[in-house]
Amino acid sequence: MSAPVWNNKVVKWVDDRLPVFSMLHHSAYEYPTPKNLSYMWNFGSLAGLVLVTMILTGIFLVMNYTPHADMAFDSVERIMRDVNYGWLIRYLHMNGASMFFIAVYIHIFRGLYYGSYKAPREVLWWIGILILLAMMATAFMGYVLPWGQMSFWGATVITNLFSAFPVIGDPLVTWLWGGFSVGNPTLNRFFSLHYLLPFVILGLVVLHVWALHTVRSNNPTGVEIKTPQDSIPFHPYYTIKDLFGMGVFLIIYLYFVFFAPNFFGEPDNYIMANPLSTPAHIVPEWYFLPFYAILRSIDFEFLGMPAKLLGVLAMFAAIIVLFVIPWLDTSKVRSSRFRPVYKWFFVVLIIDCFVLGYCGAKAPSDPFMGLHGLQVITVGQLATLYYFLHFLVVMPVVGKMERPKPLPASISESVLKGGANA
Amino acid sequence: MSQTAQSSGENPDENRRDFLTLATTAVGVVGTGMALWPFVDSMNPSKDVLALASVEVNLSNIPVGQAIKVMWRGKPVFIRHRTEREIKEAEDVALNQLVDPETDDARVKKKEWLIVVGVCTHLGCIPMGTATGEPRGDFDGWYCPCHGSHYDSSGRIRKGPAPRNLVVPTYTFLTDTSVKIG
Amino acid sequence: MRKFALTAIAAAFALTAFANTSSKAAEGVVPPAMEWSWQGLFGTYDRAQLQRGFQVFKTVCATCHSMRYLAFRNLEGIGFNEDQIKAIAAEYEVQDGPNDDGEMFTRTAKPSDHFPHPFANDKAAAAANGGATPPDLSLMAKARPHGPDYIHALLTGYEEEAPAGVEMADGKYYNHYFPSHQISMPPPLYGNDVEYTDGTEATVDQEVLDVTAFLNWIAEPELEARKAMGMKVLLFLIVLTAMLYAVKRKIWAKIEH
Repeated sequence: MSAPVWNNKVVKWVDDRLPVFSMLHHSAYEYPTPKNLSYMWNFGSLAGLVLVTMILTGIFLVMNYTPHADMAFDSVERIMRDVNYGWLIRYLHMNGASMFFIAVYIHIFRGLYYGSYKAPREVLWWIGILILLAMMATAFMGYVLPWGQMSFWGATVITNLFSAFPVIGDPLVTWLWGGFSVGNPTLNRFFSLHYLLPFVILGLVVLHVWALHTVRSNNPTGVEIKTPQDSIPFHPYYTIKDLFGMGVFLIIYLYFVFFAPNFFGEPDNYIMANPLSTPAHIVPEWYFLPFYAILRSIDFEFLGMPAKLLGVLAMFAAIIVLFVIPWLDTSKVRSSRFRPVYKWFFVVLIIDCFVLGYCGAKAPSDPFMGLHGLQVITVGQLATLYYFLHFLVVMPVVGKMERPKPLPASISESVLKGGANA
Repeated sequence: MSQTAQSSGENPDENRRDFLTLATTAVGVVGTGMALWPFVDSMNPSKDVLALASVEVNLSNIPVGQAIKVMWRGKPVFIRHRTEREIKEAEDVALNQLVDPETDDARVKKKEWLIVVGVCTHLGCIPMGTATGEPRGDFDGWYCPCHGSHYDSSGRIRKGPAPRNLVVPTYTFLTDTSVKIG
Repeated sequence: MRKFALTAIAAAFALTAFANTSSKAAEGVVPPAMEWSWQGLFGTYDRAQLQRGFQVFKTVCATCHSMRYLAFRNLEGIGFNEDQIKAIAAEYEVQDGPNDDGEMFTRTAKPSDHFPHPFANDKAAAAANGGATPPDLSLMAKARPHGPDYIHALLTGYEEEAPAGVEMADGKYYNHYFPSHQISMPPPLYGNDVEYTDGTEATVDQEVLDVTAFLNWIAEPELEARKAMGMKVLLFLIVLTAMLYAVKRKIWAKIEH
């Protein structure tokens, strides 16, 4: 990476004092990128696109939003009806949340499949999980702001989770609320944090990209870049590929915004919050459903700990476990493409997550997929069990026992052999 | 970034930007530009603000020589019941003495009632002179304390930094003693 | 590319399944799906129908239900001109004030005023309606699963007699589509509840269709602008994306990948 020579005097003057142009040049231009990245590598930039969209729409929504329990709902409806293009900005923000999670979940599963968490990318992976956690907190608090029925009761249920902790539980919940129930102080602090956290995410994204550019991108073979033939400069090859991906992504995103804006939403959130009446069936937004299923699947005491506490711990553990998988995975190879056994466990994990999501959406006593005699809670418990088994048992054991397929000598060799379809 | 391209010299296609790339860039830039408009426009007055009601004011309680302030679209409107002397002063001024020449006739609908938006045309302060006892400036009208603009009994700028006369809002007399502003 | 498309389709499919499961969870009987003029990519409202629906709303529904997000000026959206809106507003009295004596007073409504509420507050509404507050109708079409289909089904779903074995509470009416089947609202429409100004025969079915359309409009007044803009935006994006794909192909043609 030789330092670029700047012909423009102004650029050179600035760059000599603060090398922003050199930095951009290194990271967005000549950054050597594996030449064999598939479209699965588009989702990072897509998540970045949604993050920017969310911050932009959010800033303009705040110009017309009133964070007060008596006025929040009305102010959102005023945005929808009276503010110029308010409906567009609000629907972009609302659907953007779902799009953000779609992009990020695909991004995470891509990392899982291709072993992108393995050395030397552990810190990169950790920052990614921190981003996910910050996103979840942001999304949860943002959902409370319109102050509809689901906002209010979602906030009530989720904050009540913290009451599961012994001794500190109840004072902690009162502290979170700023009162004795979810109310105006709660709304105000959620608004404050909802505005703050996206900028924290932005900072984490900078660290994420920094770490990425230090350890370089993984690729479908999991084999590191060895010779200059293995890589191509980021620009124009991946800038154009990312832009094309953004085009496709925007078509899907904006289809929802313009033609099915409430597809991901719950009708109950168009009813003003009413502290005296809970909706018949509270469901979180779709992106929380798998975690919600894990939370509810623990309906028994264990080691003297009440079910409620265990459920909360299990839910948090479902994310915490991701922090340690770089050491749980004992396989010598990164990419599941060369792991004939683990590949199938990975498929099971994906199905497992969808099953958890389904269970999270249903009442625990409902029949699973209409099958009588099989309750949602039972299936949810089995799916939760597999979720943890996958990381805690399958990953270490299969990694040790499995005989991986032979790796290509280099990225360029795999490209020449047409290995991209494996 | 085109600067970098030339200098690094390792980008094969930078020197022959073909039509397709140019056209795509143009379409993309235009699209991004258009996408910004809804955000800009969302800061313009919204429909409920534009529909804000006009104000009706009952004039029967304003004695001759006194003035009131009413709120209209978030701004004060001065309504002054002018005395004979004030009317005469306003009418007698030669137009060539005015910074912003306008006859008194053109600024009132009924001679005894002067109705102007009470915002100084300099930098938006509220001139003094409406309430009894406030300084009215050198011309029997209003005096802006911020930068010393003097307005006369027709609300015209006579002295000081303000560039234009006080704005006359649209209004109609519903009866002799009731006016609708806006 | 193929893999990418497959992934996208799979994701869309899975999400659809999700969304369906979550929204179906909260409902009782699924209302029959109706054909509405505003459905589909090019759907628009039928102005005449909306005006009829408004007539039903203000004559029948508005005696008990509020419509907090309807200002008279909004009626422009269902095809009334400024003079008509002023005339409609003038039929209503709203509270204003305080006046110079410090007292609240009533005056005729202006286009900028909101449609007056039938009751002073929710408690008064509940007291006048056997303890059940008639819900505000401005978002009803978005606030129930299946929105307009549900409203239509509910309004036509009353049954004279509760099915055998159902114990009806006092002052409740049996409705096939209401989640608990016991609704506090008496059947509101009987046919000829209004005399349509456009001469349409005011059968119960007609009234229900019209008022449902009106309720959908007041819940989604931006719908037509949204779909029209959406068409332009999507067409633009499809062209741009196709161009980006062509550029991408051209750039990548230079290397082995």
